Amino acid sequence: MAVKGTDQRPDPDALLARMKDEDARRERGRLKIFFGAAPGVGKSYAMLEAARKLKESHTDVVVGYVELHGRAETEALLSGSEILPPQRLEYRGIVLNEFDLDAALKRAPRVILIDELAHSNHPGARHPKRWMDIEELLEAGIDVCTTVNVQHLESLNDVIAQITGVHVRETVPDKVFDAADEVELVDLPPDDLLQRMQEGKVYIEAKVGHALESFFRKGNLIALRQLALRATADRVDTSMRDYRRTHDIERTWPAGERVMVCVGPDPLSIRLVRSARRLATALHADWLAVYMETPRLARLSVIERDRVLQTLKLAESLGGETANLSGESVAADLLDYARQRNVSKIIIGKPARPRWRDRFNPTLVDEIIRNSGDIDVFVITGERGATTSAPPRLPQRSSKWPAYAKSVGVIVLTTMLCALLNKHVERTNLIMLYLLATVLVAISFGRGPSVLASVLSVLLFDFLFVSPIYSFAVTDVEYLITFAVMLATGLIISNLMARGRRQAFVARQRERRSGELYALSRELAQSRNIAELGAILSRHVLASIDGQAAVLLPDSEGLLQDPSHFCARGNASANQARYPVPGNDLGIAQWAYDHRQKAGLATDTLASADAIYLPLQAQRGCIGVFGLRPRDRRQLDIPEQAHLVESLVSQTAVAMERVQLVQNAQTAGVEAESEKLRSLLLSSISHDFRTPLASIIGAATTLLDDSAAGISPSRRRDLLQGLHDEAARLHRLVDNLLELTRLSSGPIRLKREWVSMQELVGAVLHRHRETLESRTIELEVSDHLPMVYCDEVMIWQVLSNLVDNAYKHAPGAAIRVSAHVCRGELWVSVADKGPGLPPGDAQRLFDKFHRGREEGAQSGFGLGLAICKAVVEAHDGRIEARNLPEGGAEFSFSLPLVAQPEIPT
Amino acid sequence: MTAERTRLLAIEDDPKIQRFLIAALEANGYTLDVAATGDEGLRMAAMRVPDVIIVDLGLPDMSGLDVIRRLREWYAKPIIVLSARSLESDKVAALDLGADDYLTKPFGIGELLARLRVARRHTVPENPVPEESRIVVGVLTIDLAARRITRDGVEIHLTPIEYKLLTTLAKQRGKVLTHRQLLVAAWDNTRSDSPEYLRMYLRALRHKIEPDPARPRYLLTEVGVGYRMIDSDGVF
Repeated sequence: MAVKGTDQRPDPDALLARMKDEDARRERGRLKIFFGAAPGVGKSYAMLEAARKLKESHTDVVVGYVELHGRAETEALLSGSEILPPQRLEYRGIVLNEFDLDAALKRAPRVILIDELAHSNHPGARHPKRWMDIEELLEAGIDVCTTVNVQHLESLNDVIAQITGVHVRETVPDKVFDAADEVELVDLPPDDLLQRMQEGKVYIEAKVGHALESFFRKGNLIALRQLALRATADRVDTSMRDYRRTHDIERTWPAGERVMVCVGPDPLSIRLVRSARRLATALHADWLAVYMETPRLARLSVIERDRVLQTLKLAESLGGETANLSGESVAADLLDYARQRNVSKIIIGKPARPRWRDRFNPTLVDEIIRNSGDIDVFVITGERGATTSAPPRLPQRSSKWPAYAKSVGVIVLTTMLCALLNKHVERTNLIMLYLLATVLVAISFGRGPSVLASVLSVLLFDFLFVSPIYSFAVTDVEYLITFAVMLATGLIISNLMARGRRQAFVARQRERRSGELYALSRELAQSRNIAELGAILSRHVLASIDGQAAVLLPDSEGLLQDPSHFCARGNASANQARYPVPGNDLGIAQWAYDHRQKAGLATDTLASADAIYLPLQAQRGCIGVFGLRPRDRRQLDIPEQAHLVESLVSQTAVAMERVQLVQNAQTAGVEAESEKLRSLLLSSISHDFRTPLASIIGAATTLLDDSAAGISPSRRRDLLQGLHDEAARLHRLVDNLLELTRLSSGPIRLKREWVSMQELVGAVLHRHRETLESRTIELEVSDHLPMVYCDEVMIWQVLSNLVDNAYKHAPGAAIRVSAHVCRGELWVSVADKGPGLPPGDAQRLFDKFHRGREEGAQSGFGLGLAICKAVVEAHDGRIEARNLPEGGAEFSFSLPLVAQPEIPT
Repeated sequence: MTAERTRLLAIEDDPKIQRFLIAALEANGYTLDVAATGDEGLRMAAMRVPDVIIVDLGLPDMSGLDVIRRLREWYAKPIIVLSARSLESDKVAALDLGADDYLTKPFGIGELLARLRVARRHTVPENPVPEESRIVVGVLTIDLAARRITRDGVEIHLTPIEYKLLTTLAKQRGKVLTHRQLLVAAWDNTRSDSPEYLRMYLRALRHKIEPDPARPRYLLTEVGVGYRMIDSDGVF
């Protein structure tokens, strides 16, 4: 192998060291790309060589898929490696070998080698593209080594096509390349490559041999090498990018460049998008592609619409943001948007059209340049002939004969009115009546009828009222002007009206979309049931996309179930024909659920399905999957429409999570354990109740006794105090018992409210102020804690029990109450500087009737902590006990934090 | 207290508690009538028009809440509610119906006497005296006429809503006010279903008036019910 220089070779030690170093902390696998200028430079060889060295250092390496092309050198390197058998897909009678993603995921090696990143998978594989397989492997934490040539990079695709004349269809989005953890350029000077070709060392597929021969001209190879070198150099290295990313977050008002490209329905737009991406990359700038939907463009042919959608999709896949604007004045609206988004450079295409038209109608380019101000404008010229696109086909208009008939009626009525007035008024005034009629027709029925009305008016007026009467001859030339004015007025008004109507239509469309979101959120807020929320979501989505929709929810094992609720437009009830979810589709939904990614129609995964599956992804997990089978699959290609659906889905997911939390809280009640409870209850009650009762009865009988007169006043007071204290203790015990019975007897009903923990701590300390008077209380409760959504009384009870415990079990010691936020939860701790917990399982303390010390003087202890546990767990929180290293015990409990309520103004 | 002894009516069915109330209250200079059922209580209230009525929420013949509702149709003087623990919702309902205060069973006589004193003070007197224009609570002085609040002589600036909340609580100090009552007072009922607003404002208010906001001394939280401003004699 003629790889020049040793510096390009991977340093196995470094590679090994780095991989070991990051073992512990990484979650996502690392992607390493061996990058070349052309086939035959030795990428696969370099990759296998690197793998061999990894293997020597006992790293778990598996060859996922390598094209050998019959090269002996390469094959020699494979010997001794573990090779994953390819999956065999049958497609139209031919058996094709394909990389087996599932087997790789199952085998889960540390490093996997997969050749040809740009490969398009055969039909039947999970993803259409190999880079998506690799994404999934990386997601599963497997390191991937792969190879790719420069001509497969999406953003360079058209440049290379221009240079080489060969259009490569298999492309890789630049984001994959950019996101690679390491890119290693395998470089070979063109002369050496050509020599290797002549030696037959470069494999060329027979069927594309001729095309590739012209591809391997020396000039091409030099250009490709240059591009490959540049792409490698441009790639900002990982640490640099990390730095920039954090930097970006801090930058609220981007000071850098932002590039905006205006796309239209013409094929030139694809080039514009690629140019924008290149410019943006060179400037390290964000970029966005904007499509301006004017009423004229709203009437595009299907082909053109598709092209616009493809262009926007391309822009998204190249990492750009996309936006649809609508309005009448293209230039002004584009510039407005550009200023609003802080755009510094605009890219537009120069339309090819005859110069004479510019005289009368300034082009969009001219208008934008004239008004752009401090925004730079780049004008890119299309290739000749490239802009000739299919002529816009106007959509079929429905028959409008009623409108024409009505307009004739209006004119006939006017004529009758004129006939009545003829004797009494000037004829010029009669023509005014006709003018009025024409205007009315134009306003109500549009252009065609208004033209008809104008012509009819002119003819009737001439025929009936202008002398010579009952003939079309006109003696006075001035009437000709009147006729012309009338015709023009009719046309102008009808055009104005039509334009207004179209604009209103466009505005209504956008308004409907945003209104949809608002309406959904309002409805969601009112529902307390997941199935109902699903039905609401389906109804709202179907309002904008016709088809069928369903929400699929998982069972306890995480397997999605066939939906029981499904909807079609206009009928959200569950009584209609079942939403058909064939087994295969259920599999797609399951994939979407497992991977928390959308799948199916119009996505990157299993796009051949006829329905799209969106995970209902909320903060704490995936609740289910929303399936939508649109009647017309193109509806989902409109980015705005797709975004709308996605935002509806995510909004619903949040609502569902809220409901689920509440339901969980209800079902998470303490299990019955009735047998055990009963026996424990009896033994515990007999002890806990008898002790205070014994002292009460004892004290009371002493005081009632005839001999009581002999008791000294101070002793009498002691007895009474004892009576009071024991009664209070009995009271606490009964309270706890009642509380626990209530909690155990069924689902706990929480009366959730927004509660301030600082306030609760204050209230608890106030409540115990008399007992705590002699104690040092340390408070570590910040003023700025978020509010908690919980049952105020119950959490108060928990805190109160913990403080009471600390008081009773650590006599004389200081008590510390603290609260802080940690990982989305609010933790509240009560610690004492007492003797600490007895040895043993700390968690057992929370069992019912467990007592810290057997037969202790303090009763009710066991119940108190059991209540705390039940309450905290009903809130989806945790409660823990531990001994502090500096001595003493600490009890802490957590409450999940949810989105905070709005701050009042 | 007027020269005449204060006349109380207790509507309470438990004879033990009746006995304890009679013994304790008469010893403290009150005249106490006792009714064992709601019906009897309503009749006695109409006949004798007591100065304060004490109502137990758990009565044999009718709900204590109904008793309050019917009393409030004509009776304007203080009503104090007795309730069993763990029924915060009942307390709130009673207060919202017009009860002035509540006591949780079991309670000590000291607590009851303190509540009665507060209730008596807030009773509208026979000959109306001009509304107090200055309220002093601990180190806090609220000058209602000048709309000036000072803490240890230092002026404190409050937002209009904070001022409204503070004065509402201060005018009825010693008395518990439910979330709803405070929301209505401060926002004219527009926010009565979102107590989180109230909590946020109270947090801010405590910061301004409390020496140690984490351990409030003046503005106390009645968990699950509402808020109470302490009375100047510091009973609560």
